[in-house]
Amino acid sequence: MTTNPEIPARPARGGRSPGRTGHAEAAQSRVAWLFVGPYTLFLLAFGLLPLIYTIFLAFTKRGAFAGITNFVKVFKDYRFLPAVEHVGLYLAVWLVSLVVLVVLLAVIVHAIGVRWLSTTVRFLFYIPGAVAGASSVMLWLFVLDPTVSPVAFILHGLGLNSFVEAVQADRLPVVLAVIAFWTGAGGWIVVMYGALNNISREVIEAARIDGAGPIRIAWSIQIPLLRKWISYMVILSFAGGTQLFVEPRVLAQASRGVVSQDYSLNQLAFLYAFKQSDFNGSAAISLMLLLVALVLSVAFVFRGGLFERT
Amino acid sequence: MSGHDHSRRNRDAAPPSPGSWLGRVLATLVLTAFALFFIVPLAWLLLAPTKTDRELLLDAPFSIGTLSTLVDNWTSLLAFQRGLLWVWLANSAFYCLAALAITLAISIPAGYALALIEFRGRKTLLAVTLVVMLIPSTALVLPIFLELSAVRLIGNPLAAILPFSFFPFGVYLTYIYFSTAISRDLLDAARIDGANEFQVFLKVAMPLATPVIALVGFFSFTSNWNNYFLPYVTLPGRKSPIQVGLAELLSNVPAFNPTNAASTTISLSALALATLIAVAPVLIVFMFAQRFLVTGMTAGGTKG
Repeated sequence: MTTNPEIPARPARGGRSPGRTGHAEAAQSRVAWLFVGPYTLFLLAFGLLPLIYTIFLAFTKRGAFAGITNFVKVFKDYRFLPAVEHVGLYLAVWLVSLVVLVVLLAVIVHAIGVRWLSTTVRFLFYIPGAVAGASSVMLWLFVLDPTVSPVAFILHGLGLNSFVEAVQADRLPVVLAVIAFWTGAGGWIVVMYGALNNISREVIEAARIDGAGPIRIAWSIQIPLLRKWISYMVILSFAGGTQLFVEPRVLAQASRGVVSQDYSLNQLAFLYAFKQSDFNGSAAISLMLLLVALVLSVAFVFRGGLFERT
Repeated sequence: MSGHDHSRRNRDAAPPSPGSWLGRVLATLVLTAFALFFIVPLAWLLLAPTKTDRELLLDAPFSIGTLSTLVDNWTSLLAFQRGLLWVWLANSAFYCLAALAITLAISIPAGYALALIEFRGRKTLLAVTLVVMLIPSTALVLPIFLELSAVRLIGNPLAAILPFSFFPFGVYLTYIYFSTAISRDLLDAARIDGANEFQVFLKVAMPLATPVIALVGFFSFTSNWNNYFLPYVTLPGRKSPIQVGLAELLSNVPAFNPTNAASTTISLSALALATLIAVAPVLIVFMFAQRFLVTGMTAGGTKG
């Protein structure tokens, strides 16, 4: 494994050993499919087939072709646009803070000269990543409740004197971004730190001799060289963020309805399937979300520059 | 190997100017503030189960309670619906370990073949794997739910185990690993010695595969253990894993649901204990896996 984004490609493939016949190659190809076959079945069953079935459901009604009626119905749903807005606001807050703070913290941690201190700080930053899913929200219920919170003084300072006040709708994008940042940022800081390590020391040294200070070096050398990694982080986080579900769901359960059951798009898709038994409407929303993720993913794999085409 | 192992930086060569001194103070403040931000909630979580609800409300947040309170909280959790918490935990362990076994059994050979055997469709399979790997797993939850309900698997443990076992990131990690760790010449040498493809895989590749097995295992286990959305829709009720169960516990906490008339109630500190128990397995794995985390996350963007 390597953390080096500029690593030379591995030894060239395709060097045929002399004397291997076409027949042997065909046999090898067949054997290879035995190796990849089981995985390919899972790929079909839980990657491709759900997509196809969702497309089918989204464009039909009781088995008959329905054109775009399911989409029209969803768009006209009074809960749809607010959900788009909620997710959009959350994404804006979260992505901006993620990029700014992750890069800032990675550059600072990278500048720590003392090895054990640097390791410890990175450890402290990424360990919350272990607390993901429902448990991270559960923990933040406590943190956001001024009566028991370890940071009650901050909450009171912000004028929040009860849990319900802390999760009011207009604060929710920030609250959700804080939770997501707490869980996920450390991992990205560690990644950026690794990428920073691969910038050659000579370049930094030369800049320093030319009189560049740490801020100048960060701005002109380190951050431009991190660009691919930053876009990787933004793409994955954007795609993941549009899927928002568990955080608002658990908050809704805990806040006595202050956070609505249909706050995010995925929650709305969930309600269509589970409360209204409308699988077609649910599929229409899911398909739109899935397409966003798919387009981003395809664009990044083929244009992003991090994955060499093989 | 991680680059930082052999990059010795020498920051203190130049004498600090007043400007850089100020910079250092600012940087230290920022780092300290964020270190506190990341660690305070966890530290609180470790202490909360040793306190009663009254102590949680009135004592200083980082005071330490008593062992007997911890035991009381433990007993009350045990008693909740006759040990339902342990059923959830056992479910989680079952789903995650079964999925882990299947994931390894299908991903390691697949990544190996993608890396080291030339075959028709290889590039397509690799590209599709990359694309699916970057799609957040939550995006596929409702589609998978719709599919599984069409084949009437909802409520069956397979409804968690099978989707959990599909782990394209694991295939990609294995592919990267074998691409760099083993040369094709080595495999060709074994073939010339008369080994067939399966013998080559078992005798040449597998003995070298331990690091990548650990890596794939780590990511598969931690992501499945923490998965909430998929089992929430495919495995309701007593079949739920702990993450889903934890959220269910919430409905029994009077502090959050005062109108709830449930006969058994959960105290706040017992809920904190349940949260701690739910995250403990992953937390422990994380403590010992910093290197995995670094290599795994960066491998996502390493050139193949």
